[in-house]
Amino acid sequence: MTESGEPQAGPALDELARDPASRKRFLKMMGGGVAATSAFGILLAACGGDDDGGTTGQAGGSTSTGSMSGDDTTTMEMEAAEGDLEILNYALTLEYLEADFYRKVAEAGLFKGAQLSLLSTFGEHEQQHVETLTGTIESLGGTPATAPETTFPLDDAKAVAELAATVENLGAAAYLGQAGRIQSPEILAAALSIHTVEARHASALNALVGAPYTPEGAFAAPATMEDVLAKVKPFIAA
Amino acid sequence: MIDVKHAAPDLAAIQIEGMSRSAFMMRSALAVGAVYGTTMVSPFVRQALAQSGGGDIEILNFALTLEYLEADFYEKSMRLSLDSELLDIATEFGSNEAEHVEALAGTITDLGGTPVEKPTFMFPLKNQASFLKLAQTLEDTGVGAYNGAGPMIESKEILAAAGSIVQIEARHAAAIRLKNKAEPAPAAFDEALEMQAVLDAVKPFIKA
Repeated sequence: MTESGEPQAGPALDELARDPASRKRFLKMMGGGVAATSAFGILLAACGGDDDGGTTGQAGGSTSTGSMSGDDTTTMEMEAAEGDLEILNYALTLEYLEADFYRKVAEAGLFKGAQLSLLSTFGEHEQQHVETLTGTIESLGGTPATAPETTFPLDDAKAVAELAATVENLGAAAYLGQAGRIQSPEILAAALSIHTVEARHASALNALVGAPYTPEGAFAAPATMEDVLAKVKPFIAA
Repeated sequence: MIDVKHAAPDLAAIQIEGMSRSAFMMRSALAVGAVYGTTMVSPFVRQALAQSGGGDIEILNFALTLEYLEADFYEKSMRLSLDSELLDIATEFGSNEAEHVEALAGTITDLGGTPVEKPTFMFPLKNQASFLKLAQTLEDTGVGAYNGAGPMIESKEILAAAGSIVQIEARHAAAIRLKNKAEPAPAAFDEALEMQAVLDAVKPFIKA
């Protein structure tokens, strides 16, 4: 069912972060014909928007500009936007890690055939997540986190496959851990659509290494930002 | 996510007969969240929730219908002569869906709502091939359904629970797709489906 939409999905999402019109289409596609579609616009306005000096978006406390006149609603929206930006940058960092991991795995030449193709496809997905998250952060007036320098043990194919499975299971748990914290319905919709892709990756890689598809049974467990960052720390070089 | 032990020690200590531990924990967590979310589930609040239709209850009933469908599908697939690997998958996934049914129905009741009745289903299940094809459609639809409903959920606790369930649906979908020689993750972003689109998609399997 999703195959038919596949070729267009990447560029469309890439575009969504930059172009409000395509963002609207995206939100529709996300089933987010939610009433809050306009919240995105409100947030942008409250943060100064990208048309009129979006960099003020993170300031939060500043009351010097007209668009942040300090009424309660605006302040609340600012705080919500800041929380979402933090989550988006956290997600971006994880996606950078994953994308870089798959790039290095491909370069290491440990896999071929169907396995290589599977890993490469997953790597492409992570790269698309990086691009979409970066664009979304920018459109909210935030500053995207920079790509960390990574280091992974890449000597042995079996260990690498297991690491891939670990990373994807962790990624799925990381998104799940943030779902209830995201304020904007649009950002939540995007996070959910990435979350289940990480879960699909995790399931396929679990199969590859002989682990259960659903290691936690019928209900997947979330992971906190703190736990996830501690677990990925060994893979960050600088 | 929701720490039942801290929120309600008495709930965490209870074991309910005939209900799996994890389903029960999820249900308790949901109930606790619901209580905190609405300050107090007094009869008045329960009534109010029931009358307003409570957006979340409606979504939970929508999810329950899908889980009934999936659980029933896997149960019926037991009658086919599946190879042993697929039989394991059907058994395990079916039991996951049954736990989702339990957790959702219990949560709806705890929120003061009425769980929808289990519909009578009918699937064009003839052999292993039709099982795989249909399983892929149902699991992918499940993923899209939860992803579409997610942003409309008001309670953070119910959203977290829905997330915890949809991750399982996605894992199922990928597993079935692998067995179908299809891409486990066909795109970088999973599509979200609107409620009506989902209901239309599953309608053919519901016997009036």
